[in-house]
Amino acid sequence: MATTHESILAPARESLAHTFDVRRIREDFPGLKQKVHDKPLVYLDNAATSQKPQKVIDAVVRYYTEDCANVHRGVHLLSERASYVYENTRRKVQKFLNASDLREIVYVRGTTEAINLVAQTFGKRNVQAGDEVLITGLEHHSNIVPWQMLCEEKEARLQVAPINDRGELILEEFEKLLSDRTRLVAVAHVSNALGTINPVRQIVQMAHALNVPVLVDGAQAVPHMKVDVQELGCDFYAFSGHKVFGPTGIGVLYGKFELLDAMPPYQGGGDMISSVSFERTLYNVVPYKFEAGTPDVAGVYGLEAALDYVKKVGLGNIVSYEHALLSYATEAIQQIPGVQILGTAREKAGVLSFILEGVHPHDVGTILDHEGIAVRTGHHCAQPVMERFGVPATVRASLALYNTKQEINSLAAGIQRVKTVLG
Amino acid sequence: MDSFMADLEGLYQEVILDHSRRPRNFHSMQDADRHADGYNPLCGDRFTVYLKMQDDRIADISFEGTGCAISTASASILTEILKGKTRAQAEALFDKFHDLVTGKTHAEGETPALGKLAAFSGVCEFPVRVKCATLVWHTLRSALNGEKKTASTE
Repeated sequence: MATTHESILAPARESLAHTFDVRRIREDFPGLKQKVHDKPLVYLDNAATSQKPQKVIDAVVRYYTEDCANVHRGVHLLSERASYVYENTRRKVQKFLNASDLREIVYVRGTTEAINLVAQTFGKRNVQAGDEVLITGLEHHSNIVPWQMLCEEKEARLQVAPINDRGELILEEFEKLLSDRTRLVAVAHVSNALGTINPVRQIVQMAHALNVPVLVDGAQAVPHMKVDVQELGCDFYAFSGHKVFGPTGIGVLYGKFELLDAMPPYQGGGDMISSVSFERTLYNVVPYKFEAGTPDVAGVYGLEAALDYVKKVGLGNIVSYEHALLSYATEAIQQIPGVQILGTAREKAGVLSFILEGVHPHDVGTILDHEGIAVRTGHHCAQPVMERFGVPATVRASLALYNTKQEINSLAAGIQRVKTVLG
Repeated sequence: MDSFMADLEGLYQEVILDHSRRPRNFHSMQDADRHADGYNPLCGDRFTVYLKMQDDRIADISFEGTGCAISTASASILTEILKGKTRAQAEALFDKFHDLVTGKTHAEGETPALGKLAAFSGVCEFPVRVKCATLVWHTLRSALNGEKKTASTE
């Protein structure tokens, strides 16, 4: 019988791979082996979601076949095993983000829920009429709409720091918008539409100078770089498991303990209480206060395997490999006549967003799909970014550690094919 | 020709490419007696359809906006084909067109009634593109009904 200890020991047993062999990496991902439209799949939609390594799929299956029980509730062995993995994974997430306290790790459905949680608890308590929430022009809808909803309810104002033509936050403008009315800053670590890496440390320093807490949307950052919440200094950090090779439906909110502790609960239900009577309910402690109801235990099993996987490959290896691949891709795509790349930030990760002159991105996407190439076309849930660049949509190729130069060549050939078909 | 090119050429037929590059009746209409906006939130396609009605008949029709080749061509051909048609005829054509792009009927049997719209027969092989082809038809329906809200494919 497989025990939970096996997955803990697995990375050590297989020893750390210091050399990065993309062919071996690809072997770990069964989804990459398929053909679409009779062509080998070229999966370049990683900013939407990543493919899953076999170990992640196995972990989810292991929960449902061997450890299927609720957590924190049963005295029986299955519940004990499930609870162990659930809490041990919290420890791994803590290490992954370098949080100082285990209680600072809250399980949520994903980045969107994490942001909504903060808006509905911290936000509702601390943002009042006339106050301001400051975001940037790079944000995904999930880091815009929860704040809009909050501001509307509280008669507060949403301020937006602008970006320049490269798709970089204009820090001076950001700093000007910070004021004694600002109650929270919410910024993406990496832009999903353009790939821009925001200077989070500087943002945090500017905000903290005015005692303004900072929430970081890390959905697009965690698969591509080492994240250290203590080094960043941010107060909240959110990410989704499924973008870092884990399952959908599980994500993490990191929050500084004092902030989480002072926040009211998010949802009411089981597990978030310490005692309930009809007269009075005592809430459970952080982080359980925010984890009402039966959580996505299978998702946590998958997340553990995903974080183990990233650790085994090594984030340092991932960063350097992807950096080289993005440079190669940028070079290959921008030399195609008629292609214009949007988002040319000096600090970029993982994303190549572009338009092809005279051809709508949707048509590019259909033709690339028929070449076996999966890209995202549209506004990428970042309509204000599209508006900033005066386009309704772009084609977005987004990279992961398993993509290859050959796949970039296929993309370039696919774009040429688009020009042939529609030219 | 491999099946890849056959499928794609079925989608991007010459008449569609022609209308997407040079859309007809592509302008706003100052004296329109009704108009409606259509929006596909998935890809950002956005069109306005303008109508001038004479009793129950479409005396004039035009459109403007931005969209992919399929949605632009669909809008252009729609304006060409519906000029002079009654509201009931327009509704009947929409039904036939919808059946065609969703693969419920085949172009061959319907060609006389569909005219140039038969060029969209390849769309049924691309389920995610059905909304591109039908966006302007939904917008037309809103305009005919005098609805104020933006027609959406969602």
